[in-house]
Amino acid sequence: MHIMEGFLPVDHAIGWSLASAPFVAWGVHAVRRQLQAQPEQRMLLGVAAAFAFVLSALKLPSVTGSCSHPTGVGLGALLFGPLAMVPVGFVVLLFQALLLAHGGLTTLGANVFSMAIVGPFVAAGLFRLGRRFGLSLAVCVFAAACLGDLATYLTTAIQLAWAFPDPAGGFAASLLKFGGIFAITQIPLAISEGLLTVLVVNTLTRFNAEELQGLPLFVVNGGRA
Amino acid sequence: MKKQNLLILAAVVLLTVLPLWLVPYLGIGGADGERFGGADDKAQQVIGAVAPGYQRWFEPLLVPASDEIASLLFALQAALGAGVIGYWLGCAVTRDKLRKQGEAQAQHAD
Repeated sequence: MHIMEGFLPVDHAIGWSLASAPFVAWGVHAVRRQLQAQPEQRMLLGVAAAFAFVLSALKLPSVTGSCSHPTGVGLGALLFGPLAMVPVGFVVLLFQALLLAHGGLTTLGANVFSMAIVGPFVAAGLFRLGRRFGLSLAVCVFAAACLGDLATYLTTAIQLAWAFPDPAGGFAASLLKFGGIFAITQIPLAISEGLLTVLVVNTLTRFNAEELQGLPLFVVNGGRA
Repeated sequence: MKKQNLLILAAVVLLTVLPLWLVPYLGIGGADGERFGGADDKAQQVIGAVAPGYQRWFEPLLVPASDEIASLLFALQAALGAGVIGYWLGCAVTRDKLRKQGEAQAQHAD
């Protein structure tokens, strides 16, 4: 989902950067406040960040014959709320933009918006909704992580279609092209990410039940972990 | 729980391995030797087709010297994350074991 360096027109690059910047600042503030209130959560936040590091480094083959990678930000969004994952996603994307020429500084704002803002917010929202309807923890975790991942890639497709509308078919034709590349490639990878997130949450509920009780999203739903 | 975890791992392995066999078998994704490039590169090609006049206006500051160096850095990123997860898992399992031992000893003392 990385839009490559220099591949967004200047006005789009600036616009997405301005849109993402307040979320990054707000996210840093939220994480700091949360760790001050609950220093014992530091380890789990580290695990959530590490999960994003691992998954976003793995480029997996997909049914379309191209490779892409999961994002791994769903887990942290479920545990700590979506804001906590904004700085984490920002660090991952900055690392890849600076050292790997994967993504870029001019497209960092757009990439942060899709991977570190839309993905976590969709994941956390769906998780909360599912729990409210009384669905089981495993189902909610899977759906949230899987669809959060897909939402990230759909956002990338929309960003590119907006910047590069098709000369004949306009935005819609362009969206079909970019969506075909990103969203369809991503479907099996999103399923993998959902499954792996369930795996980690299973382990967490077994070994870290006490810490989970102190986390906002799990508590909102009566802590029925 | 353990059974569910094993099934999950098996499903992830299948989801990753099956395309490697299925895609060439069905003949999608381009000719032999061209498959399994990055989706990001494909998007770049589409930009070239939709907006042929578009000029890239900023180049990456650092480009990995070769594919090998790039894979080194990606491996490093994954290793950092896996190290932290492994540390947490070790701590969590040991803490659980010690807690159970403590409870067992407390029962013996009664």
